[in-house]
Amino acid sequence: MTPRRKRLFGVLAIIAGVSAATALAILAFEDNLLYFYNPTQVMAGQAPVDRKFRVGGLVTAGSVQRSEGSLEVRFIVTDNQQSIPVRYSGLLPDLFREGQGVIAHGRLTESGDFVADEVLAKHDENYMPPEVAGSLHPMPATEPAG
Amino acid sequence: MIPELGHFALILALLLAIAQSAFGLGGAARRHAGWMAAGRSAVVGQFVFTALAFAALTYAFVQKDFSVLYVATNSNSELPTFYRVAAVWGGHEGSLLLWALSLSGWSIAVTALSGSLDAPFRSRVVGILGLISIGFLLFMISTSNPFERLVPAAVDGNDLNPLLQDFALAVHPPLLYLGYVGFAVAFAFACATLIEGRLDATWARWTRPWTLAAWMFLTVGIALGSWWAYYELGWGGWWFWDPVENASFMPWLAGTALIHSLAVTEKRGLFKSWTLLLAVSAFSLSLLGTFLVRSGVLISVHAFATDPARGIFILGFLSAVIGGALLLYAWRAPALKSAAGFEITSRESFLLFNNALLVAALGLILLGTLYPLFMDALELGKISVGPPYFEVVFIVPMLPLLALLGVGMHAAWKRGLLKSKQRRLTAIAAASVASAIIVGAAVYGEVRPLTTIGFALALWVMGCSLLEVFQRLRGRQALPGAVLGMVIAHFGIGLATLGITGVQSFKIEKDVALGIGDATTIAGYDFRFAAMRDVRGPNYVGVEADVLVSRDGRAVATLKPQKRLYNSGGNPMTEAGIEVGAARDLFAALGEDLGQGRWSLRIQYKPLIRYIWLGALLIALGGGIAALDRRYRLRSEAREPAAAADAAR
Repeated sequence: MTPRRKRLFGVLAIIAGVSAATALAILAFEDNLLYFYNPTQVMAGQAPVDRKFRVGGLVTAGSVQRSEGSLEVRFIVTDNQQSIPVRYSGLLPDLFREGQGVIAHGRLTESGDFVADEVLAKHDENYMPPEVAGSLHPMPATEPAG
Repeated sequence: MIPELGHFALILALLLAIAQSAFGLGGAARRHAGWMAAGRSAVVGQFVFTALAFAALTYAFVQKDFSVLYVATNSNSELPTFYRVAAVWGGHEGSLLLWALSLSGWSIAVTALSGSLDAPFRSRVVGILGLISIGFLLFMISTSNPFERLVPAAVDGNDLNPLLQDFALAVHPPLLYLGYVGFAVAFAFACATLIEGRLDATWARWTRPWTLAAWMFLTVGIALGSWWAYYELGWGGWWFWDPVENASFMPWLAGTALIHSLAVTEKRGLFKSWTLLLAVSAFSLSLLGTFLVRSGVLISVHAFATDPARGIFILGFLSAVIGGALLLYAWRAPALKSAAGFEITSRESFLLFNNALLVAALGLILLGTLYPLFMDALELGKISVGPPYFEVVFIVPMLPLLALLGVGMHAAWKRGLLKSKQRRLTAIAAASVASAIIVGAAVYGEVRPLTTIGFALALWVMGCSLLEVFQRLRGRQALPGAVLGMVIAHFGIGLATLGITGVQSFKIEKDVALGIGDATTIAGYDFRFAAMRDVRGPNYVGVEADVLVSRDGRAVATLKPQKRLYNSGGNPMTEAGIEVGAARDLFAALGEDLGQGRWSLRIQYKPLIRYIWLGALLIALGGGIAALDRRYRLRSEAREPAAAADAAR
């Protein structure tokens, strides 16, 4: 092979490789990009109904309800303006607490509940998930109970 | 008084770092032997004063000096001594100090062990390491001073985050940083090469042991982090594709590509400019990792620090280092020509595939990690990229990589694969596929395509590694450290693949609500929630459950998961109960009291999971053995790569 043809092959190989990687990335992105919405956006109908997304906010004080002795739990997530009821079955993270920030992954049901398959609270107790911090509306009067 | 001395030592270290880079680079440019010697002395001084600052901070922690803000934030009077020492790097400021100490440690090691290099080159390496030290010390002194006083002093400290009160996580940051920072050596070698416009490839020989050593530390650090996440977070996962995990994994991938391309550059004088670019990339990704974790830009479980001023400094530093290195590269690299050719089945071309695939995986992981940040910065919506994305973009390049690895190990430089080896390799391939199907069917009762591919590749890689040793021993050939290390590391890759395939294919995870005396069954194991009692530790109280595991009526183990409340306050912490086994782990974590005497429990069956970490340790061991190969320490006379040395293979 002449050096020129060799270089041509090299360039073609790089183009093929990069295209393959791009195609792979796009395919993999397809179903795995999770958008974040706050309760106000969800209530305004901006959140998708046919795919998973994330919703985040503060757990409303006094809203956590367990069916006694079972893993089923319901709670309300608020951005201090709108609220959305969340249903979840499973172990809640250690940092889950009323009045604190959480992010739930899941889908919206027809009844308007959010059914979560994963609930995340952050490790550091002083640390607020940035999406949640940025999406909260100013508190009306009192500070949320820590 | 001691903290002020520490602060003062830090400032002196900064001044010495400035001297180190000025005399190092200036001395080399002017060929001034006195300046170059002064640059080397400054390295020693910088190390001494950084170490003094570190010792001062450690002393403040051990003495429970809560008049120091950082100590008050990250320690507590009840914290056991071991964790008071580990708490030195439990927060932002202290981990930067550890970073700086690690960098000055690598600098002094390079200075001490590089006597055989020609003086200007050595001096430039010293100078560039000094520039990096300046950046970090300046960052610490101007935005993150660990010695800042708290007036009035706190009565007691806030405590070290209980999640970090753990042996594996206490030693995880030092190892990780030794790895991150170790790539600075390869970076400095690469920059010095570019500055001098060296056309030969001897720098590759000098760089190899340093890169291998850094890569070894990084490997152990990552493995420890994964192991910790498994037993400490209470989720039983071993890798979450969290941005912070990716931040440490990306330099590892770049480093892995680098140690392979360095081999080609050293032995055959090929891929010169590509290797330089990888050396720059590996360290740039280490800096990026530090930036991602430490600036608080991430939405992450690990992001303990949030301060935009710091973010801007690191971003500026990052741009200066990466931008400077890339400019240097753009200016000098075109002069580097690789003349030699090679066959498509030669070792060179397998290593080329290795690099292409590793870099593809790296690029796609980088994309998934940074994409949400860009979207957020551009106000295009807040998104996150789920683990399935990373799994796909990582596995797809890894499958051909593992398949090629086995052959590549046995391919000769330049010429290609020998006929006699082809037969043996075909036999290993056939045996691997057959065994993978049999194992799937006989042990797990199922033959799934992806599982079979995973098992077959794992066995293939391990088989090919063993074949290399077997052939060398039978042919009474020498087994030099570099080859032995390579074989052990590749065997570790196979073992880790075996573990990953097993656990990802056949793991069972179940959340259940159980009362005392209740039981649940997974994978043929009965988990009985037998008892609950109070426990008390040095700085926490909690409850502990007895979960009796039995199989076919025979007792297997008693798991003792705990839920702890630390006296310093905060949220409850989960301590999982784990029964370790060669074939599987059994895992139980306590959730919460559900009322009516019932508790939520997370019960898991994790087949072969141990081999992931065992494999990772072998990978690191291989790196260490290769780094100590005698050939790297011999004074290299030859200017051009000694291709003859391996022609005998």
